[in-house]
Amino acid sequence: MNIIVCVKQVPDTTAEKRLAADNRLDRASMENILNPFDEYAVEEAIRIKEAQGANITLVCMGPAAAESALRKGLAMGADNAVLVSDPLLAGSDTLATAYVLACAIKRLPFDLILTGMQSTDARTGQVPAAIAEFLELPMLTFAAKLDVDMGKRTARIQRQAEGGLVVLEGNLPALVSVTKAINEPRYPALRGIMMAKKKEIKVWNATELGLDTSLVGSSGAHTKVLAVRKPAPRAKGVVIKEDPDTAARKVADYLASVKAI
Amino acid sequence: MNELWVLAELGETGPKKVSLELMSKAAELTGEGQWLPAAVVLGGDEAAAQRMSEYGAAKAYLSQDDRFAAYHATAIADTLSALITEKQPIAVFIPATNMGKDVISRVAARHRLGMLADCTSVAVREGSLIATEAAFGGSLLVDCICVGATPHLLSFPPNTFPAIKQPTGNLQVEKVAAAINDKVAVRIVDRLAAPTKTVSLEEASIIVSGGRGMGGPDKFAILEDLAQELGAAVGASRAAVDAGWRPYSQQVGQTGKTVKPNVYIAVGISGAIQHKVGMQTSEHIIAINKDADAPIFSFCDLGVVGDLFEIVPRLTAEIKKRKGG
Repeated sequence: MNIIVCVKQVPDTTAEKRLAADNRLDRASMENILNPFDEYAVEEAIRIKEAQGANITLVCMGPAAAESALRKGLAMGADNAVLVSDPLLAGSDTLATAYVLACAIKRLPFDLILTGMQSTDARTGQVPAAIAEFLELPMLTFAAKLDVDMGKRTARIQRQAEGGLVVLEGNLPALVSVTKAINEPRYPALRGIMMAKKKEIKVWNATELGLDTSLVGSSGAHTKVLAVRKPAPRAKGVVIKEDPDTAARKVADYLASVKAI
Repeated sequence: MNELWVLAELGETGPKKVSLELMSKAAELTGEGQWLPAAVVLGGDEAAAQRMSEYGAAKAYLSQDDRFAAYHATAIADTLSALITEKQPIAVFIPATNMGKDVISRVAARHRLGMLADCTSVAVREGSLIATEAAFGGSLLVDCICVGATPHLLSFPPNTFPAIKQPTGNLQVEKVAAAINDKVAVRIVDRLAAPTKTVSLEEASIIVSGGRGMGGPDKFAILEDLAQELGAAVGASRAAVDAGWRPYSQQVGQTGKTVKPNVYIAVGISGAIQHKVGMQTSEHIIAINKDADAPIFSFCDLGVVGDLFEIVPRLTAEIKKRKGG
């Protein structure tokens, strides 16, 4: 089985995010990590490999520095890594990103594509479904559990939906996006880290991928930012320190004042 | 006349509240834009379409095909996509739910359309829809427009707009056929109901969340009691989920859910940035924490410094008393 895992490099989740002058995320000033949700996707791929054998290829779009995110995935146990990197891609929106990743994936053999449910920086969750669309694949998103049956060529997931769990099934090849409920990612072992350092990371640019460059980067964007502003600060709240009975009454008063009771 | 569509998300008893919220907003905007507000009801019945009309739909595209119950979002995306090609609406409002997220991306990718997701507001300016997206969990507001081909696709989380009854009286219902591509279709094999009948976190208008300060899984019982009195959903911080006290489906924050209830009650939650980005756009925030220096006290409306185990049960009792029970 060939598994592709799409990964992204994001600012550390504890970082306060800032925008640079061009209204893009100021990534340079922050510590960058492998998108936490993608760790679950990598882990799931490794578990499938351990259970039924697979070749795992990581695919990432980003600047050259995104290589460190790929090294992390390789250290966890992925076999190969591809970085799609080109100055032309800077400023790509979610559709363009999905298009680029889909073009890269088309050049690789695959039965299953795994992704995190979203990135922790932009958090739109739009990319996985758009990749599935560009590749004309079934999409099984927000998986809390995944079973791949190579005999029947199906992927079956449990999906956390509003109000319960739904079991969904689609035919392979398929795209599956995972939530944190699916597994517990491993820490890379020292041996894995050492091996990952030696692995070659393929770097592909827009020309090699034969991308339609009118569809990517800032010029290919389907949306335009008119203004970026700070939200009006919350009116300074009241902090009280009272005995428990008074405190409870005051909270109840507040709830009544906002019509919650 | 150009049409402004709302894709209705249906629950067991008809359109979900978020569908009515988006319909109300669409109806409000159509006067300014000279558009016709229309609902797209896939897999529902006449009653579901009528319900949308109570909230402003002048027209409904209705498919009563049973297969929508057997297939997941791909069927909705495929049918909506075919309808878009045929009818060419000016914009489509889509619930920013798990279902809506799949549909919006798929449709946008197929037609190469602009999409603005998780918007917090929308207005008409010079005939165009301008939406505001909350970036980084509401730390920044970004005013955007879609460019290029229409329809423009905009998604809004539950509780973004009020649902306002505004019956249009004479609903025009157009029956449409389901367009389902078997190659990409995702089958619904089984539905495992939630263990208890609870309000979903995304749709709840009140949320009671517990964090590390709860001290253990059993202690959440006092939050559940409070939530029950308030008709609220129970949430949790990452610390509480990572400790295994609560399921991941209840996690609020950067690696969990983003919520925007009318009232958010944070109990024993310090309010680290990780949590803050998932709940800071809540209308009203109440915090109960024993640590007077907890960051949460810098962005709540009412903060209570004290022992949550003393205060929460008294609060539950007080609410019960006021409700006359």
